Amino acid sequence: MAELTLVEAINDGFHVELDRDPDVMVLGEDVGRAGGVFRATAGLRDRFGPERCVDTPLAEAGILGSAVGLCMAGWRPVCEMQYDAFSYPCLDQLITHVGRYRWRTGGAMEFPLVVRMPYGGGVRAPELHDDSPEAYYAHTPGVKVAIPSTPADAKGLLAAAIRDPDPVVVLEPKLHYRTTRGEVPEGEHVVPLGKARVVREGDDVTLVAYGAMVPLAEAAADALAGEASAEVLDIRTLKPLDEEALLAAAAKTGRVVIVQEAPRTAGYGAELAAILAEKAMLDLRAPVVRVTGYDVPYPYWQIEDAYMPSVERVVDAVRRLLEF
Amino acid sequence: MAQVLPAERDLRRVIGDGETVPDGEVEGLSDDDLLELHRWLVLLRTYDERSVVYHRQGRIGTYAIFWNHEAMQAGSVYALEREDWIFPSYRESAIGLLRGMPASTVLSWWRGHPAGWWSPLDWNVASICVPIGTHVPHAAGLAWGKKLRGESACAIAYFGDGATSEGSFHEGANFAAVMRAPLVLFCNNNQWAISTPLEAQTAAETLADKAVGYGIPGVRVDGGDVLAVYEATREAVARARAGEGPTFIEAVTYRAAPHATADDPSAYIDPARVEEEKERECLGRYEAYLRRRGLLSDEAAEAVRAVALDRMREGIAQAEAEPPPDPSLLFSHAFASPPASFESDLAELRRVLDG
Repeated sequence: MAELTLVEAINDGFHVELDRDPDVMVLGEDVGRAGGVFRATAGLRDRFGPERCVDTPLAEAGILGSAVGLCMAGWRPVCEMQYDAFSYPCLDQLITHVGRYRWRTGGAMEFPLVVRMPYGGGVRAPELHDDSPEAYYAHTPGVKVAIPSTPADAKGLLAAAIRDPDPVVVLEPKLHYRTTRGEVPEGEHVVPLGKARVVREGDDVTLVAYGAMVPLAEAAADALAGEASAEVLDIRTLKPLDEEALLAAAAKTGRVVIVQEAPRTAGYGAELAAILAEKAMLDLRAPVVRVTGYDVPYPYWQIEDAYMPSVERVVDAVRRLLEF
Repeated sequence: MAQVLPAERDLRRVIGDGETVPDGEVEGLSDDDLLELHRWLVLLRTYDERSVVYHRQGRIGTYAIFWNHEAMQAGSVYALEREDWIFPSYRESAIGLLRGMPASTVLSWWRGHPAGWWSPLDWNVASICVPIGTHVPHAAGLAWGKKLRGESACAIAYFGDGATSEGSFHEGANFAAVMRAPLVLFCNNNQWAISTPLEAQTAAETLADKAVGYGIPGVRVDGGDVLAVYEATREAVARARAGEGPTFIEAVTYRAAPHATADDPSAYIDPARVEEEKERECLGRYEAYLRRRGLLSDEAAEAVRAVALDRMREGIAQAEAEPPPDPSLLFSHAFASPPASFESDLAELRRVLDG
């Protein structure tokens, strides 16, 4: 096991997967010569050549649209969107084609492409470098969505996404790219899609989170020590969701707080809450509560901490549930 | 040799007008080729005219008419090899027929029946692209991907004048140019995007001028002249295969029919101009050319039409004989590895449907 940062783990995963399968190629803005603005693709161009790690024109719809055609020619393209909000121009391709093309061909053709991007706030960045767009992706039929929270999962989920026969969107918590270190298995490492992870066991309340909100939920669980025993569940794959793990974690404590960085309305947390309302009502002792970003544009960074879900807000939500 | 008519900038033509403008010839096309092209034109014309009838009879749904676009489709596909990939818009819905796709398949598509959703691998014809211009990057990606693999296949993407305003057209054209992808960008400029005329679409003098911005050749051709279209596409394909990258072909025509069966152009179009176009529609012009060359008789033309009509009769009969699709198909093809929720969704649907 090597001790790697989250972005180093992604880079390691790329090296392993490109070496393993000659059909895998990487394309995006600045992924080749620069190795990506966060260095996620560093070294790939030198090792695998400029035709398998391609610096593309600055055109997100063109990147994803040409990836559809690359799949038709037998490639497994991995597209980097430089930042979360820079991915919005590619939503046209994602919604109108990526999620539909396999269906359109009656299942005759596969589109094993990956779209990956750094997402989320807390990094003191200019506007539109801070969004959490997972709901747009998760809402799109025909597309899978994964969000790792640890270096090992970042490598393993990327590998699973690359090997998956369907289109997969992977959002990576950029806040933790270099601040989180962890043990990462060397060589091939695959974390299957559709499997949640119990981060820690607890008895009184279940904190459900994904991506950058997982370390936050863990910090909240620490802050509650002596007051309440909190279970933390990392969803890891938003689609397909590990519903069994969600229901089990909810049933165990009877109290659920969902932590989501994205704006509240119609966010992914609402989907989790709806599933709990449909399938876990008799296991619940209190209403399901969401702690989310607010329904506002992501703010100026001098006040972004007020926007982001915080340990204090999560602890406050837990206390409300305990008193319910 | 193709002619350049100075009155219409750089517009290439081969077929003359039977009076003052003499006929040209395309080198390398035999009499058999010329007659095969005629059969292709008639097949597409028959498909289109019968489809409008079938729509009126309630046998197919809304249908995008391509009357007078046949020369652009037949002429360009005739310049391709079977390994080359075709990326059609809805205006080229029946282009697969030129590769032997059954008429019933395309008719089923317009009937909303799953039998109409073909495998592109069977024909090297991509799925019909309904949103405007968003398939141009796909064609660029496929052509680029084939080139990366050292394969000789190229691709052709069809789109209209309106599509050149779309961002995805621009991104696809630029990608293909930068990657020197073996791609033909084929614009059927019929002057109208539903009710929006070309002058409201662009301030460019010609659409082919846009090619300059991508660093690729832009060619203008008379879209009603099947031989000029063939020749221009053949040159573009040769460039593509030689590793010289994409070519933009602007085929100029005029939409002489409604945009689709749901459209009433009387609100916006000049009927006199439409009548003028109908007088010089592409199949009639080509038949006159063949007659001038002594290659086509009334009997032969009638026989070709009869064959095409038979194919359509057979096609609609087959399409209508398709059994109703099972609702479970809802869940069949979206994912190679579907989520567990599909199983419970299907079970619920079955329970409700079965009462």
